[in-house]
Amino acid sequence: MFEQVLFYIFASMVVLSAAMVIFIKNPVHAALFLVLAFFSSAGLWLLLEAEFLAIALVLVYVGAVMVLFLFVVMMLDINLAELREGFARYVPVALLVSVGMLISLGSIVGSDNFGLEKIAGIEPYASDYNNTRVLGLAMYQDYIWPFEVAAVILLVAIVAAITLTLRTTRQTKAADPDHQVLVRSKDRLRVIKVVPEEEE
Amino acid sequence: MLALSDFLTVGAILFCLSVAGIIINRKNVIILLMCIELMLLAVNTNFIAFSRYADDVSGQVFVFFILTVAAAEAAIGLAILVVLFRNKNSINVEDLDVMKG
Repeated sequence: MFEQVLFYIFASMVVLSAAMVIFIKNPVHAALFLVLAFFSSAGLWLLLEAEFLAIALVLVYVGAVMVLFLFVVMMLDINLAELREGFARYVPVALLVSVGMLISLGSIVGSDNFGLEKIAGIEPYASDYNNTRVLGLAMYQDYIWPFEVAAVILLVAIVAAITLTLRTTRQTKAADPDHQVLVRSKDRLRVIKVVPEEEE
Repeated sequence: MLALSDFLTVGAILFCLSVAGIIINRKNVIILLMCIELMLLAVNTNFIAFSRYADDVSGQVFVFFILTVAAAEAAIGLAILVVLFRNKNSINVEDLDVMKG
């Protein structure tokens, strides 16, 4: 009973904040509502006893990705009125597509196919169950190669983000190899013949 | 007791909301990126629900990889957005017509 109350609180918070993300005008507020959506779905994941991923969602997503979003939104000087043009025009299309999709998805994932009669409810794990340990064993044993690939993907993302945003024109003090190679000794060194003064 | 269909329904609603968001905010690249994040969140919720009800931890490993890829995607997407704003002084999708696509 208590679980169900928690589930409905978190689920309604997820849905409401997701709706606010797509309807609100200000992108900063949209980012903050997205943070709320992440927090409440972390609560849903905790109800499913996926503790490690719930904490990782809060730390990685709210702590890093959403802060990055907020930085970018605040850094850019956006003309909001222009971006809101034609907002109302697309609402009927969006409504049509999403309601149609929701009906078709709902007929698949509804309680006819995945209800308690078809798939038994879950019992809570024993108190010595350790989600992080189980997940770590699976990740470092069965999925070690995908894990390495994920590390490479992150490295590529770092390199790509830095190369895209690096400005090489004005601010950087790095040496230019082209100029270094082209230097000749006579450009740098001038030999002066000093004529000694003659003694009187 | 909570059924699997409850969690799947939340995921489905979240996914449909983000599809609607992509259609109505089709000019603002930042909101488009946020809608993609919401979609990934819906998929992750489905993965975790199935993993718990099937009592198999592999689903959670996949969620971990999706989180990794989504973080990389957000970083590169925002970097492209910053470069775009620097060059065009706008983040309107309709201004992105250099390639005449």
